[in-house]
Order: sequence, then C-alpha cells, then structure tokens
Amino acid sequence: MMDFAFPWTLSAILMPLVGMIWLCVRRSPLTAQRDCLVFTALTLALAVGAWLEFISRPTLAADSHWDWSRHVLDGAWLGIDEFSAPLFPMAALLYLLTVVTTLRTKSRRFSFAGALASEAVLLATLGCQHPVGVGTLLILGALWPLWELRRRGQPTRVYRLHLGLFAGLLVAGGLVLMFDRPENGHSLWGVGLLSVAVLIRSGIFPFHCWVTDLFEHASFGLAILFITPMLGAYAAVRLVMPIAPELALRVIILMSLGTAVYAAAMAIIQTDVRRFFCFLLLSHSALVMVGLDVATPVALAGALCVWLSVGLSLAGLGLTLRALEARTGRLSLADYHGLYHRVPMLAAFFVLAGLASVGFPGTFGFIGNELLIDGVVQAYPLVGVAVVVAATFNGIAIMRTYFRIFTAVHYTATVSLQGRLPERFAVLTLSGLILGGGLYPQPGISSRYHAAMELIRTRDASLGAVDPSDRVLAAEQHAPLAE
Amino acid sequence: MMNLDSLLQGLGLAVVAAPALLLAVLGISSLIGLKLHERVVGRLTQAGGLLGAASALAILVLMLIYDRPHVAVEVGNWAAIPAQNFHFHIKFDFNWLTLPFALLSFILIGTIGAFANFYMHREAGYRRFFLLYAIFLLGMVVASLAGTIETLFTGWELVGLSSALLVAFFHERTAPVRNGLRVWSIYRIADAAFLIGALALHHLAGGGDFELIMGAGPWPHSPTAISPTHALVVGLLLLVAAAGKSALVPFSGWLPRAMEGPTPSSAVFYGALSVHLGAFLLLRISPLLEISWLLSAAVISLGLLTAIYGALCARVQTDVKSALAFAALTQVGIIVVEIGMGLRYLALAHIIGHACLRTLQLLRAPSLLQDYRALENAIGSHLSMPEGNRQRWLPERLRLWLWRFGTDRGNLDNWLNDVVVQPFLWIFQSCDRLERRWTDWLTGKPSRESDQVVPRVEAYELTIIDEADLAALTPDASSRTWQIQPESETTYLAQ
Repeated sequence: MMDFAFPWTLSAILMPLVGMIWLCVRRSPLTAQRDCLVFTALTLALAVGAWLEFISRPTLAADSHWDWSRHVLDGAWLGIDEFSAPLFPMAALLYLLTVVTTLRTKSRRFSFAGALASEAVLLATLGCQHPVGVGTLLILGALWPLWELRRRGQPTRVYRLHLGLFAGLLVAGGLVLMFDRPENGHSLWGVGLLSVAVLIRSGIFPFHCWVTDLFEHASFGLAILFITPMLGAYAAVRLVMPIAPELALRVIILMSLGTAVYAAAMAIIQTDVRRFFCFLLLSHSALVMVGLDVATPVALAGALCVWLSVGLSLAGLGLTLRALEARTGRLSLADYHGLYHRVPMLAAFFVLAGLASVGFPGTFGFIGNELLIDGVVQAYPLVGVAVVVAATFNGIAIMRTYFRIFTAVHYTATVSLQGRLPERFAVLTLSGLILGGGLYPQPGISSRYHAAMELIRTRDASLGAVDPSDRVLAAEQHAPLAE
Repeated sequence: MMNLDSLLQGLGLAVVAAPALLLAVLGISSLIGLKLHERVVGRLTQAGGLLGAASALAILVLMLIYDRPHVAVEVGNWAAIPAQNFHFHIKFDFNWLTLPFALLSFILIGTIGAFANFYMHREAGYRRFFLLYAIFLLGMVVASLAGTIETLFTGWELVGLSSALLVAFFHERTAPVRNGLRVWSIYRIADAAFLIGALALHHLAGGGDFELIMGAGPWPHSPTAISPTHALVVGLLLLVAAAGKSALVPFSGWLPRAMEGPTPSSAVFYGALSVHLGAFLLLRISPLLEISWLLSAAVISLGLLTAIYGALCARVQTDVKSALAFAALTQVGIIVVEIGMGLRYLALAHIIGHACLRTLQLLRAPSLLQDYRALENAIGSHLSMPEGNRQRWLPERLRLWLWRFGTDRGNLDNWLNDVVVQPFLWIFQSCDRLERRWTDWLTGKPSRESDQVVPRVEAYELTIIDEADLAALTPDASSRTWQIQPESETTYLAQ
C-alpha cells in the first residue's frame, strides 16, 4: 500500500511567508489585518494538520516517501517530533489570537507583515531538529524585534548587546563543537558557550534585562509573540540538553531556579503592568528550564506540560493586558483602575489564565505543576522547595495585579469598553483549552511523558555514557513506590 | 452486599457531583456572558445543596444500619504515568471524621445559601457571589471527603480562592480589596507549606492515599508507619498550613480583615467552616501527632497561644463582627489544643457545635442593635455591663497593657509587616533600582518608558499618607473618607 502524506509541516511554514509577500504586494493598511487573519488561520489549520498526522501516523510522518518536502530538504532538518508536535499548533494559535485581538486603532502600529514573517521563522524553528538549522533560525528570529524597535525609533542598545552576544556565543559554540574530535567527547568550551547563549535567550538572571527592555519599548503584541513561545527553553532542549554534562545542567538548574524565585518576587513589586507580565513570564520560563535540566522522566514530563499550560495561559493573560492597554493606555500598578464593571469578561479571564499559569486545580497547569514539583523533589528536594516558593510568589503577584487593574474604584469612561466579538472568541478559545486540558489531562500527560522519554533517550545516545534502556530502567527504579 | 456497595458508590459520587455540577453551570454561564435570573441561580443552588446533603445523609444512615465505619469511593486516576508510578488518584473517604464534617458543610452552606438568596437580592454582585459560593461548597466537600492528600489539596485551594475573592467582594472600595489580597497572601503561604508537606508524605509513604499515610484502621485509631522524626518535620509543615487556614498565631490578623465580605460569607466562611479547615487537617493527620510528642506539644502551644490572643482581643473589639471573629479564634485555639491532647472526638464535636453557634451569631449580627433595642424595651431600662470580679484582681497597669494589646490586636500584622513584608520590599525594590541603573547605563539615557506613566491619583478613594496612618487602618475604619493623597509604593504594598 502506498503511503501518502500531505506536507503539512512545510506548508504551515510557507503559508505565513506567502501571506507576508501578499501583504507587501498589496500595501493596503485597511485590509492588512483581515488578510493577515486569513493567513494565520490557514497556518493554524495546517499546523493542526501536521500535529494530527503526527499523532495518527507518526511513522508515516517521519518516513513518508510521498512528502515532497523531504526530497527538497533533508528529513533531519524539517519535521516535527514528539517533543515539538503540540508546540507547533500552539505557536500558530498564539499568532492567530494576537492578530484577532488587535484593535483597529492599533493596526497601523502593529506590523502584520512582520508578524507573518516572524511566524514563519518561529514555525520553521519548531519544525527543525537539526542543531545548525535551529541555531540559524533562532538568530534569524531575533531580527524582527530589532527591525520593529528601529522602525518605531526606540532604543535598541540593550537588545542588540544581549542578542548580539547570544548570536556570537551560539555561532562560536557551534563552531567549537563542529571542529572538535568526536572520540574525545563534546568540548566543554563548546557546551559552555552554547549554554550561556541559551541562558541569554531564555532571559535567565543576570541576562534578563533585554526582556524587560523589550517589553518597555516594543509593542505589547510583538513582545508577547517573541517571548511567550519560550524559544530559549526550546534551544536548551535542542542544543544543550543532548550534549551537556551533568555539571553544566546543574549550573543551569541553579541559575534558572534563582531566576524563577527572583522574577516571581520582582513581579510582586512592579508598578507597571508590562513589567509585571514580563517578570511573570521570566519566572515561568525559568521554572520550565529547571524541569528540563533536572532531566528525570517525571520532571521533564512536568516541565513539558508546564510549557504548554504556561504558553496558553500567559498568552491569554498577555492578550488580556494588551486589550486593556489598547482601551486605557499604559496601565500603572501604582494605583487602582476599577475596570471590572467595564470589562467583566476580561476580568474573569484574567483570574482564570493567571491561576492556570500557577497550576490551580482544575486548570491545564495543575497536573503539570504537580509533576514538575514531584520530579524536582525526587532529584533535589531543596530545589523542589524553591519551585514551590516561586509558584507562591507568582500567585500573589497575579492576584495583586488583578485587584489593581479591576477593582477598588469605578472606572469612568464615555464609551463602552466591553470586549469585542474577536476578543470574546479568543477568551472562550483559551478558556476552553485551559479548562479542558485541566479537567481531562491524561492525553496531554501521556504525550509529554513520551516526549520526555524520547529526549532522555536522545541525550543518553548522544552522551554514550550508558545504554538508554538502562537509564530509563534506572529512572523507573528511583521512582516512588506504587500507590 | 454487592448492591449496597454499588449504592454507596453512587451516593458517594452524587455527594461530590452535585456541587461540581452547580459550579459548572454557574461558571460556564458566567464565562459566556449568560446572565441567569436570580430565581434560577437560587433554585440551582438549593438543588445542588439538597442533592449533596441528601446523598451524604443517606450514606450516614446506611453506614449506621450496616455498621460500616468506613466507605471508600474510588473515582480513579485523574492523571497517571504508570511507568513512573505517578498517579494523581482521586478517592473519597466516608468515615466518622469526614462524613460529619461534610454534612456540617452542606447544612451550614445550604442554610447560608437560602439566607443569601434574600440578603443579596438585587445586589450588583449577586451572580458573582453565588459563583464563589459554589466554588467554596465544592472546595469544602472535596477537602472534607478527600481520601488522598492530593485531593485534599485540591479542595483546600478552591476554598482559599473563593475565600479571598469573597473578602474582596465589595470591590468598589479599597479596604476590602486590600484585605482580600492579605488573605490570599497568607493562604498562598499556607498552601506552599501544605504542598511541600504533602509531597514529603507522598514520598515517605509511597503514595498519597490516607490509608497508606495514616494507616488502614478506622479513624482515629489508625497507626502510621512513618517514623517520629519524619512525622515531626512533615507535621510542622502541615501545622503551618493549618495555622494559615485557621488564622492561628501569627497569621491571626487576616480573620478580622476577612469580615469585610458580605455577612453571609463571613458567617459561613470565617465563623463556621473555613476557619475550622486547619483544625480538620490536624484531625485528618492525627496519627502523626500520636507518634511525635514534640509535634503534639507544638500543636498544643500554638492552640493555647491563639486562644489567649483571641480572648484578649475579643474583649476590646468595638464592632460585632470583629468581636465574633476573635471569639471564634479563641474557640479554634481551644479546638487545636484538644487535638494536640489527643481528644479527637471532643475536638470534632467542638467544631460542629462551634460552627453552628457562630453561624447563627454572625447571621444575627446585622440586626444586633434591633435585638438590643427590643431587649431594652422589654426590661424598660438600658442593659448594664457590670465589671467582673476577676478584673479587679489585676493591677491597673497590667489591665491597661492588656487593653492596649487587645486594641492593637497584638500588633501581629505590624510585626509581620516589619519582619517579612518590609524586608522583602526593600530587597526587591533595591534590585529594581539596580536594574534600572544597569539598563540606563547600557542605553545611555533613561531606559524605562514606564516611568512616564502617571498614576491616576484623582481616582483614589482611600490613601494612606505615611506609616503613622498604617496602624490606624483597620477593617472597621474602611467606611470613613480619607484625604486624597498620592500613595507611596512601600506603604501600599505593605498593606
């Protein structure tokens, strides 16, 4: 029987590029948002197609002879795997919802063509498994914010310094690893350079100031799109985890843990809503990094679950804040705004998304957080305590911000601020995913566990230290006794 | 007996499903913007409460008739990774501790629901109140009947969220919002201690099932296999969790603040049920207390301290809800002492009796002046408050000191501010300033666009001018109008 596979992955990557060319050719600001919406919706459909095909026919997706893209590009360069399969549609959904919720008054400030180009690069990054390809695309993807900041006449030095260092270290680390002798194992210098590059891209303390600076100066939409997919963690999985020795991973764990607690505490004291969101995001992405680098099956599965839940919930939180900012201007947390009576749906969603991000029962993040903490406690008990502390701070920061934005006074406005239909669509979509994933978490957990095991096997095979099956067996023996 | 087991399983599921369905209906309608009529909300609430209570009562009757001290209702794994022996297991236990507490929850919450249906009539936040009410009901039922420590944590979190949002229910004023945030912060600290303790127990016992952790025997005589040292460490963590939830010293400051909420929620949440949840947790883990005398001593000490503190503060309060809050605290302290002394059934009976009494008192509180007037009319003179003999034994100076202590509520909140909040703020605000300097230096000019955002000072309803005013801000003073002034960052965060 002939196996046929539509090139979902490649089509999903190319679709936004086509859209970008279309927008550049038409040059019509009036229709740009609508056209962009069509292309992002088509991209999401293709990304979901790629994911579904991977779930239903993983072997075919990997080996199909009818996928013409594999004749053009080497199979190792392009194609989703167990790890990236759900991240692929999630990234496409994030772009669609951002475009949908962009108010018409802001459509001239927001570059839709730039967004489509960055979506193509992001999807290509998530669809690429080859380290050279991932590194190149990560550097390419960092150019969009730079171009946008310059276009808007905003200072770029902090961004340029950090991301320039990131690109330089990435290239240097890659070159060192390419030219070292495989029989001697991976060069520590190469791994070290790559690790620092990943720490910078992830916004790990003390390399996090470029993220806060980006949120200060870039449009909120751009900042959300660039940071929320957590490409730093993705780089850690693709570039560092397979080759890093235990010592390097421990250093990353400690730095990530410090960042998680520090950023969560900083989120509590912020007086600007964007900076609050930025620190919240940094804290969560650092928590994901902790779980990834602990690299036990349970912790890794937990980190991958938290990645998905945080991606969805913080995207929702960010889009809510962006919608509010579009109505009221930049929001200060030094005072109360009392917006509840004006936008009750956004207020309710703020609480839901915020609590989901800290793993509240019944939401997508709950079981993932439990897994993450459980796995981390098994490996390093004190680290587990710090993870709980970070989650506690994040919870306090979220409710404080809720009270500051939505309560205590009556917001006076001469026009209705109620959520528009596209915003309601975004809110209901994300609420459905957050609650659906929370009430029926098993498919997500199983998928992430398989992805975790795949990553551990890849790492063990790459290091060659132990037989992968022994490692898995050892992990099972260290697991707690059955209930 | 097979039929009886099936019946008990079905009834057990109905006990939890009824509030869960109520929450689902109210939550989904709220999320999609469907405004249910007050009558519909009231009927749904009644139906949910009655179905759950009737099912729980039926289980109690069947347990008594067939002499079954323990019924376990297995729901299954919410999520599991069998290869790693990770199971998030959901199970509900019906025994002589959990069932009375669940029934008490249904009865009191149901009564309050009926009361609130009239009390909140045409209130702007009617639907919001009943949504939070449904979250609270589900949280209480799940926490009461939880057969695993993870399930108990789930209910515990639901109770915490609904409580904090109910304290801030009148969210068009600043004071309830501040108090809601305070309650939420204390609860989050308690939750963190609970989570760490629960994970430790999970690993020590090899699972989260209470039968594994606390032994398989009927409560309260089940022996645990955990060593005394481990029991002490885990027990202390859970004691912190219980202290946060039950407002034991040093977390007592949130209880009078919680009275900012509507009277029905104050009654059921802080007078009756929520404040007893910490004591319930201690009863649930009582086998740990049996094997560690140090843990028992810590429990007794904390309970005693709380009872004395509550008694001193209750005597000098000038508003009825605060007086009742501290009176409730005194009783909770005594209940904790009873638990520490091993008097489990006495503590359970004390919880039930106290919860019912406080509910009645708090519901009558809004019409207390009316009651007094009726009483004075009946006797034809003013009620007198004779000074007791005991007070004469105390030296004047000590009496004055005690009065000040009670009026200042032991300065517990200020102490927490000085020891925890202010250092926290100082450290991280310093970090923020350092970050600003760093990015300013890198940019070569002021780097923060957010500094140009001006707070909406004109919208302030209540503002604290300096630290001296901090002490004067009490929940009772919330209705006063204060001078409008810009607020310093340090001061508002401290609140």
